[in-house]
Amino acid sequence: MADLSIDFCGIKSPNPFWLASAPPANSGPQVMRAFDAGWGGAVWKTLGDPVTNVTSRFWANDYGNTRMMGLNNIELITDRPLEVNLKEMYEVKKRFPKHALIASLMVETRENWKEIIKRAEDTGCDGLELNFGCPHGMCERGMGSAVGQEPKVLEEITRWAMEYARTPVIIKLTPNTGDINEPGEAAARGGAPAVSLINTVKSLLGVDLDRFVPNPRVGNQSTNGGYCGPAVKPIALFMMSQLAKNPATKHMAISGIGGISNWRDAAEFISLGATSVQVCTAVMHYGYRIVEDMIEGLSDYLDSKGMKSVNELRGKAIGAYAEWGDLDLNYNLKARINPDSCIGCNLCHVACMDGAHQCILIPGRTHAEHEKAGHTHIPASIPEVPVKAAGAVGRFLPVIDDVECVGCNLCHLVCPVPGTISMVEVPGTIGKSETWNDRVAQGRDLNPGSLDSTVAKRAGAKP
Amino acid sequence: MHPLTVLPSGRLEQQFDDKKPRYTAAEAITEANRCIYCVDAPCIKACPTTIDIPTFIHKISTENVKGAARTILAENILGASCARVCPVEELCAGACVYNAWGREPIAIGRLQRFATEATLEKAPLSSLLPAKKPATGKKVALVGSGPASIAAAGLLALEGVQSVIFEKRAIPGGLNTLGIAPYKQSGQAALDELHQVLALGGIELRTGVEVVAGAAGAGQVSSDTLLKDFDGVFLGLGLGPDSKLGVPGEQGAGVYGAVDLIERIKAEPGLKLAGSRAFVIGGGNTALDIAHELRLLGFQDVALVYRREEKDMSGYAHELAHAREDGARLLENRVVTEVLRDAKGALTGVKLARAKDGKALAGTEETVAVDLIAVAIGQSVATGVAKAFAGVQLDAKGRVVVDPKTHRTGNPKVWSGGDCVNGGKEVVNGVQEAKLAVKDMLSALGGK
Repeated sequence: MADLSIDFCGIKSPNPFWLASAPPANSGPQVMRAFDAGWGGAVWKTLGDPVTNVTSRFWANDYGNTRMMGLNNIELITDRPLEVNLKEMYEVKKRFPKHALIASLMVETRENWKEIIKRAEDTGCDGLELNFGCPHGMCERGMGSAVGQEPKVLEEITRWAMEYARTPVIIKLTPNTGDINEPGEAAARGGAPAVSLINTVKSLLGVDLDRFVPNPRVGNQSTNGGYCGPAVKPIALFMMSQLAKNPATKHMAISGIGGISNWRDAAEFISLGATSVQVCTAVMHYGYRIVEDMIEGLSDYLDSKGMKSVNELRGKAIGAYAEWGDLDLNYNLKARINPDSCIGCNLCHVACMDGAHQCILIPGRTHAEHEKAGHTHIPASIPEVPVKAAGAVGRFLPVIDDVECVGCNLCHLVCPVPGTISMVEVPGTIGKSETWNDRVAQGRDLNPGSLDSTVAKRAGAKP
Repeated sequence: MHPLTVLPSGRLEQQFDDKKPRYTAAEAITEANRCIYCVDAPCIKACPTTIDIPTFIHKISTENVKGAARTILAENILGASCARVCPVEELCAGACVYNAWGREPIAIGRLQRFATEATLEKAPLSSLLPAKKPATGKKVALVGSGPASIAAAGLLALEGVQSVIFEKRAIPGGLNTLGIAPYKQSGQAALDELHQVLALGGIELRTGVEVVAGAAGAGQVSSDTLLKDFDGVFLGLGLGPDSKLGVPGEQGAGVYGAVDLIERIKAEPGLKLAGSRAFVIGGGNTALDIAHELRLLGFQDVALVYRREEKDMSGYAHELAHAREDGARLLENRVVTEVLRDAKGALTGVKLARAKDGKALAGTEETVAVDLIAVAIGQSVATGVAKAFAGVQLDAKGRVVVDPKTHRTGNPKVWSGGDCVNGGKEVVNGVQEAKLAVKDMLSALGGK
């Protein structure tokens, strides 16, 4: 079994799975139950001057039969007295000395920061996470994402924290910014050894169409909140890997956050540079018990890849994350449909017709019917191969027209039967590897059909 | 307008639970979300009325339930009945691509039921169909009030063609009212739908009026009168009485024709069926229905007596499976050769012979005690009325001969559809045949 333990800029944790600072880490009894279930660490619900929360607080984005694809919340930081939280943190750390316990902090003034850092560290916690991410409620008071969106302020407060803290400081970043590198670099300039991202995405989840009030509803009103859950994972992966690549930030440890629901998600974050991962929505949906699968799944995955430690996985995919201009224009794929598993639903056909390149034909139609369907290129031969699946009587395997197929993956993505449509590599049309940046360097970055003014400018610009 | 037909209470039918009750909204949306929204979907091709099933299911998934009902009713004006009574296992759901994937097919019938019932209880049928066209001044007579005639009347009404439905019975609706297994659809549900069609306007229902050849007596109307007074005639005659076994002792108490017995279970208040052992003779869907019904009514031992093997039965395999689940049993290769009665004429049992290839084997008879016998070996054809219309041809089996594309008979003013043409199929077939007939009627009447 692979070693899952990590050293996160000095913070030791038996595994990379931490509860994010959120309702699942709201109290001592909760965190202790989580540690008993197997979680390696927890970032406590953000401490500060206690708030008053509203009712209701959450709303979810469902998709089809999938509940809570995304979750929105308008809850603020902890509403419990500071001394209660600190006492419980002390008790947790005493009972679970080898687990990672991080205090999440959000206060206003330098004096506030000085006081809360001292009091938090007195609990014996292993590190501090400065919450510069919360995009609702607190930011209007000059905290949370109001800090995360102002690199200078972020840098300043980071410096204060680095001055007062005896334990590692993690800067939690908001995604509600134009370029994540700016706050990330500010955190690095301030001397922080680590960042965590992303906090929630500023959002308005939906509207109650009978009351004309957005959700979640507080009486006859609502407000914007923070969006999280599986839906935000791609945004989180992007932003996190930006910092993992950035020469000015890549020395910092990263705690990945955003839609992580299982070991596979965690492995993806780790492969793009995360040392630990933080989870909230999936626990709010299914409970602490999901960590069993996360530990087992990640461990087995690492074993299957011959990796002895999770540290070997870290950053493995960063190198392959390139700029668009460095992608190989000669790389070529064509869709292929497996006649043994196709059920003849023709979803690939409609997706390709209306959303891609009109290259999937339904056999059995006349030439005129193919034209009417919208095909502009009709192959000479459209073989009528029956769908083999039992009961699929009278249906034919859709036919890929390689002339029109651009290998976009859409049919592969919409096909409901996994493994039925595969994308197969075929020889490229250029004949050798070539990138757009190569063409730019050689002055060949002008395609036929360009604007007259672009052509003229280029002609004038040439020596 | 014809007064609302309300069946009296105290019917045995009311003792049955719905086998596939209407989904709740949450159930419907969850099931609708399973549908993968195929293109050129096989379910559409398998539906005799070609309802755009993936589209109506998609609409349910977005909670556009009224839109779903519109999509259904646009192709099948009796979509509510068909949702309850269609053998979807043999039609749309049987063609679902999920079957090919080894998964439970989409519950299309139940989704259709949800969409139509949930909508029609709030909105009149007319609000879900295209606006009625101006009156054409044309008038069509419909003979029989089964689903084919009701569908035709509704479609004609939308086209501005008036119609009069002649029904010889007091209760309208034909087999859709009186012949559907009660655990699928109650007679009242069929009547409620019929009334929604009548409410489209321009449709007159005359019950208790028989169409006859030659001079008409009381409660009758002559076929010549219909040909003279109307621009067109649609024959939706259905089938005739139950066929008889033709064995000694058949006449008398305790032996019922299956169709007649089902009708009485559905419509006769206070009907009592005594005993614990029932024999149902036949291998078709009517036999399966009455066997299933008798078992659910409390008969301890219900045996389907069929002269051939299970594989030869014309009844649907899924209906046999359901009847068996509820405790009915199948006796293959058996023939009743005589019905036995005591001195007072009361039914005591039967002589039951083993059979090979459907024929009784001599010397194999045994005596079996039985309390009730339902004979479900087919129905006679209603040839008399059809023959009253000059030019209307019947085939060797007594079915009305029509052009399958237009459903016009040999008499250019007479169209026909439903069981009297197809020999006894589903409600949905009757609706589709009515659609074809109405389309042709409209062009013949100069409607368009």
